[in-house]
Amino acid sequence: MYVAVKGGEAAIANAHRLLADRRRGDRDVPALTLEQIAGQLSLAVDRVMAEGSLYDPDLAALAVRQARGDLIEAIFLLRAYRTTLPRFGYAAPVDTGRMRIERRVSATYKDLPGGQLLGPTFDYTHRLLDPALAGDAPVEAPERRALAAVEDCPRVIDILDREGLIEGDGDPAGEPGDLTRDPVSYPVGRDLRLQALARADEGFTLALGYSTQRGYGRVHPFVGEVRIGLVDVEVEIPDLGFTVRIGAVRLTECQMVAQFKGSAEEPARFTRGYGLVFGQSERKAMAMSLVDRALRADEFGEERRAPAQDEEFVLEHGDNVQATGFVEHLKLPHYVDFQAELDLVRRLRAEAGQRRAERGEETR
Amino acid sequence: MIDEMETEGRRRAMGALACMPAGLLAQRYAEVTASAPPALAVRGPEVGLVMLRGRAGGGGAPFNLGEASVVRATVRLGSGEVGHAVILGRDTGRARMAAHLDALWQCPDWRVRIEAEVVAPGLAAEDEAVLDRAEETEATRVDFFTLVRGED
Repeated sequence: MYVAVKGGEAAIANAHRLLADRRRGDRDVPALTLEQIAGQLSLAVDRVMAEGSLYDPDLAALAVRQARGDLIEAIFLLRAYRTTLPRFGYAAPVDTGRMRIERRVSATYKDLPGGQLLGPTFDYTHRLLDPALAGDAPVEAPERRALAAVEDCPRVIDILDREGLIEGDGDPAGEPGDLTRDPVSYPVGRDLRLQALARADEGFTLALGYSTQRGYGRVHPFVGEVRIGLVDVEVEIPDLGFTVRIGAVRLTECQMVAQFKGSAEEPARFTRGYGLVFGQSERKAMAMSLVDRALRADEFGEERRAPAQDEEFVLEHGDNVQATGFVEHLKLPHYVDFQAELDLVRRLRAEAGQRRAERGEETR
Repeated sequence: MIDEMETEGRRRAMGALACMPAGLLAQRYAEVTASAPPALAVRGPEVGLVMLRGRAGGGGAPFNLGEASVVRATVRLGSGEVGHAVILGRDTGRARMAAHLDALWQCPDWRVRIEAEVVAPGLAAEDEAVLDRAEETEATRVDFFTLVRGED
C-alpha cells in the first residue's frame, strides 16, 4: 500500500521567512552591501567564482550574502544560475605569460628575471588577531615604487626549458572536452582533469595535495612559480572572423616542478604539475598542481596506489555541489524506505527468536 | 593590406570600448553621439556565458577553465554599418553603447572623432589603472642583500 502524504506548506513558508530574518540579523545594524562583500571579502567571492565555475564578482557577492556566508551554498547558487544562461561561445585560451602581475614568487630561483613580487599576501604575517581591525581605523594607501624598466616576467618553466631540464608544455593543439556538457567516461584526458580540478572543492583538493606530500602518491615538488594577476579575455566575434578583447579576469597560476623522469633513451628531466584558478587563491592553485601531477602517474609509468593518483576517485568526489547534494539528501523524507527497513529488522528478529525457541525445545 | 590595417584598427577600438571604465564610456558616449545617427537594435543586448580556457602547463593543450558572464549586442545604422560588442559582465547599457560606437567607427567621418574622444581616453584610463597596480606591486619586490663573510 502506498500512502501519499501532504503537508508542510505553511511550515516551509514560515521557515523561509525565518531564514530571511536570521540572514538579515539585527535591523539596527546596517545591511551588508554587495560592494562591501566584493571589496572586503574578496577572497570568499573568489572562491565562490572558482568553484561555482562562473566568473562574475557581483553575482558571487550576491550569492555569499544570500547564503549567509555559507560558501558551498553560495557556490550552489552560482552553479544553478549559470544553467539559466545560454552559452555564446568559447574564449581563446588565456595567455598567462602576459599576465599583469600582482604577485609572483618562485621557490626554485631567488634571482629570477622579473623578480620576486610579494603582492598582497598573508605570508610573513604573524597570524595574530588584530584588535584594531574590529574598528574602522583609517588604512594607509599602499606604497608605490616607480617601475625601473619594462621588465619581462618570463615563466620560470621557460628558464629550465631552455636547457631541456624540464618537460615542455606539450602539443598546444586540440579541442578540449567539457564535463559540463558531456558525460565523463574513464580514463579521461588531462584536459578534463584540469577542468574538474579548477572547479573542485578547495578543501578536498588541498587534502589530496597534502596526501601526496605525506607519501600517498609520488610527488616531490618545488613551487617553480606562483603568479596572480589580470589576464585579458579574447573572444572571436563570429560575424567578423577576428578576436577582440572583452575584459580581464584575475587568475592564480601555479607551476609545480616535480621529480625527474628519464630512461635509457631520454636523459632525466623534471616533470610538472599545473594549477590555474579563478581569482586570488594560491592555496587552491598549488593543491591543484600537486594533484594534477599525481594524476599523471600513468604518463610516467608510476604505480597508481594512492587516492590522489586515482582519477575516477578524484573527479567523482571533488565537486562540492555534487557531494553536498548526495550527503544532504539524506535529511529529506525517507519515511517509506525506513519503514521497509524497520519491518525487515523486526522480521529478522522474530525469525531468529523462533529458531532459538525451536532449538531450545530440541535440546531439552 | 588596407583591410588588414582596418581590421587591426577595429580590433583595437572594440577592445578599448569593452575594457574602458563603464563610467568613462557612458560619459564619452553621451558627448560623442549627441549628434550621431541613431542605432537600431539587431540583436540584444543579451546576457550569456563564454567558456574561458587555459592551457595545460600554461602553453600546452587547451582545457575549459570555467565560464564568465558576458553581455553582447549588435546594432545597425540607417546607412547599413553593423556594430558589435561583447563585454565581460552583465551591463547591457554598456554593450549597447559599445556596439553603437563600433558601428559609427566604420563611418570614415566618425572614426577620427571616436578614436580621439573615446578610444584614446579609454586606452589611457586603462593604462593608468595598469600602471597604478604595477607600481603598488613593484613596492613589494624583494631586494636581496648578500652578506659577505670572511676575508675573501
